[in-house]
Amino acid sequence: MKKLLLLVLFALVTLVTYAGGYRVSVQGQRAMAMGHTGVAVVNSAELVFFNPAGLVYLENKLNVSAGVSGIFTDVIYQNSDLGISSETDSSVGTPLNLYGSYKVNDWLALGLGVYTPYGSEVTWPTDWAGSHLVNNIELAAIYIQPVVSIKLSDQFSIGGGPIYVTGSVNFNRNANRTLSDIDGNRSNITIDDSGVSNWGWSISAMFNPTENFRLGFNYRSEIILEAEGGEATFSNFPNSPATPANGTTTFDAELPLPAELSVGLSYQFHKKWLFAFDYNRQFWDVYESLDIQFGTGATSLNTRNYKNSSVYRFGLQYDATSKISLRAGYYIDESPVQSGFFAPETPRNDSQGYTGGISFAITPKLAIDASFFYLRFEEVNESYDFYQENGQNVPFRGTYKSSAFAPGLGLTYKL
Amino acid sequence: MKKNIKYLAILALGLVACESEFDNPIDEAGVYSSGEADFSNFVALGNSLTAGFADGALYITGQENSYPNILSQQFALAGGGEFTQPLMADNVGGFAGQTAAFPPRFVLAFDAEGNPGPAVYTGAAPSTDITANLGASFNNMGVPGARVYHLGFPGYGALNPYFGRFASEPNATVIGDAVAQSPTFFSLWIGNNDILGYATSGGVGVDHNVTGNTDPSTYSPIGLDITNNGVFDNTYRALIGALVSTGAKGVVLNLPNVTTLPFFTTVPFAPLSPLDPNFGPQIPTLNATYGQLNGAFAFLGVPERSIQFSTTGASPVVVRDESLTDISAQLVQVLTPALGPAQAAIFAAQYGQARQATANDLLVLTSSGVIGQVNQERLAELMSFGLTQAQAGQLSVNGVTYPLQDQYVLTPGEQSLVENARLSFNTSIATIASENGLAFYNVANDLAQAANGGIPFDGGVITSDFVTGGGFSLDGVHPTPRAHALVTNGIINAIEIAYGATLPSVNPGDYGTVTLSNDVGVN
Repeated sequence: MKKLLLLVLFALVTLVTYAGGYRVSVQGQRAMAMGHTGVAVVNSAELVFFNPAGLVYLENKLNVSAGVSGIFTDVIYQNSDLGISSETDSSVGTPLNLYGSYKVNDWLALGLGVYTPYGSEVTWPTDWAGSHLVNNIELAAIYIQPVVSIKLSDQFSIGGGPIYVTGSVNFNRNANRTLSDIDGNRSNITIDDSGVSNWGWSISAMFNPTENFRLGFNYRSEIILEAEGGEATFSNFPNSPATPANGTTTFDAELPLPAELSVGLSYQFHKKWLFAFDYNRQFWDVYESLDIQFGTGATSLNTRNYKNSSVYRFGLQYDATSKISLRAGYYIDESPVQSGFFAPETPRNDSQGYTGGISFAITPKLAIDASFFYLRFEEVNESYDFYQENGQNVPFRGTYKSSAFAPGLGLTYKL
Repeated sequence: MKKNIKYLAILALGLVACESEFDNPIDEAGVYSSGEADFSNFVALGNSLTAGFADGALYITGQENSYPNILSQQFALAGGGEFTQPLMADNVGGFAGQTAAFPPRFVLAFDAEGNPGPAVYTGAAPSTDITANLGASFNNMGVPGARVYHLGFPGYGALNPYFGRFASEPNATVIGDAVAQSPTFFSLWIGNNDILGYATSGGVGVDHNVTGNTDPSTYSPIGLDITNNGVFDNTYRALIGALVSTGAKGVVLNLPNVTTLPFFTTVPFAPLSPLDPNFGPQIPTLNATYGQLNGAFAFLGVPERSIQFSTTGASPVVVRDESLTDISAQLVQVLTPALGPAQAAIFAAQYGQARQATANDLLVLTSSGVIGQVNQERLAELMSFGLTQAQAGQLSVNGVTYPLQDQYVLTPGEQSLVENARLSFNTSIATIASENGLAFYNVANDLAQAANGGIPFDGGVITSDFVTGGGFSLDGVHPTPRAHALVTNGIINAIEIAYGATLPSVNPGDYGTVTLSNDVGVN
């Protein structure tokens, strides 16, 4: 019992992480509880996301996993030279995931997944000190993916499938640091588009050198969301030929959803204990700039210059009883945001997190999965140096600190 | 086990409640401090600069961006309290139904050719009631138009509606109402109008350092005179005495040189271009006519008054300089043989104190609208002398044939009267500040720098250039929000030095400059 308690404690306080940029790594309750490892863990239909190749090794014919998390994020900002401070509105994101797999025969399994690996919701107080960079932003991308899993031998399988993505964006910021109408209302621009879709793919493999040891590989392709003819709304601009007219126009913009490579292992070092390690490489260098082309001919060029980043994930699972499994994890997440490019729309620096969770089998077929993570970023002094006024770079500096807390709940069904 | 579960629940709750917090949050005690000062009740006294007057009017966003209001936001991080202002009813400025005396603000409008220029805002009518009294307790006691002696003048509210709006009673004084609020900290920036009214009106008033008049109640009721130095010193001393009598600490600001204001530096002394189709073709005729006059000037021993226009470069305007000896009587005699007695009399009267402007003359901003235009008053006068309209028109062109009148030109003599008074006032301010242990901000230095090279900020350089410089609003005299931010930083620095306070500064780049709008009448 003592051991169990220690493990639960570990599960609750172990710092786990989330992910850099606008990647939100909450793609499965069981994996989440283990530091979001899973490329080499054969456990549930969550494999549709983590490694489709592994689906064929699931014991049951039908596997379904569904889950939802509530992500509570909080970002604070201050600049002590200027005595200004701000805090984001505590918004709640609710990434969903739904996975199913069906074993057609001994060597073939089919699966389907719906998940939301990218998204961001940041709401600063309107007209705050950095409002020329962002007032609020909401990004969401829903991935829908059919997969196939083929067992080539008891040691080796491959998998993968096409990905359909549909995304939406809503982004508001002020025109610059000072422009306002006659009554001092700050001039601002909102871009909004939804139903932006595109295709991608993933490919994966699993290798089981021994009964207790698995290696996994998964690669998910880059997908560029191309918003064309979205709606841009100009508000509170003064009535002047020198500034854009109020009203709506169209906009075009591209937002990359970077490719991600995962390799990892799992080791059943005791009949009740499983250790997992995942390494993720996220190819953020595709995000060079957020360029918005308005229907009026005006453009807004916003240098991002992200770099590729890595995430190191560690997870542990303990099958306490036949009905209860406990999980804990830890991860180190490098931010893709380089120094001097720290824009308050994605105020993420390097982070670490603790995760934990529990599964309780109500019946042999149905289990409830609970997970959570708590993520605390180091306090960071950073700036975004590429905002320009009159051709001159005007850095926006300050100290940022973020945290995120996400409890999640899910169901696993197997038949 | 039960116990353990309880602990777990507490632990989980603790995690949920956990919010981000900085190692050194700026809203925590100890980050900033008021030093020996106490900002809990800050009262600002002064004139239009303190009130937040800009673009020729007082309006809400100008008030919100006044240096005392910005300062109060920084004070709030070091024990400062609420800061109230007698806000106007709108962002139009002026008073309802009083647009002649209190016109609406200027905005920057673009004409059909795309040229920007100040124009009176007509997007809405002024809605502030000139008779409404908002009550006496405001932290910002700045009164547009106030001179040093007005602050202690009982009943000033009846003379100046900007004070009437919040005077505690008909006979109230500004200083009395300020002291009644028991300020713990005050600012005082007063005296600008004691010289500025004379300067902006081109020196049509009188300098009471010349007249020796020490009774301000007999000074120009519309503020055209220069206040006597002794009056300034005594009055200023009394104001500070009243403010420190309750133990308040404070900061005072001195007076900038008027030549740092775009109101005096925007219109060039030589604006007459030979390329101007209304002027260039006239140059030969004009020079021929002036040739006769120049001969007379030479004959009378004042060849330096000769007037000639260049066909290759811009020429200075013709001005009337009151400091010149009036030679009209002699001119009549000299010109009569050539021009006949009637025309000689007209010429003599027109050019008895005339000369061409030099680089040392300052043409006021309002002259730009009259130079090269026919002076209707003079036209009518000349026609009454029997000239045809064509003849009269030729002799009535402001700055070309009809010398620019006194109110449009601040001549070197007038400038030195202004400057002498300013230096004396500034000596009084610095001395009295020092005697009372007050913080002192030499704002004159910073404004001089803005006028001579500019003051850099994170988005460029703030200069005194009209419209484009970012430092001055569209009336050419009053600061923009960005300049108010600069003044705020100067004051903060002075307070830190005097009282050992630690305060955050403001970023001038976060504050705007001139307001764009094409909601203007015929532009």
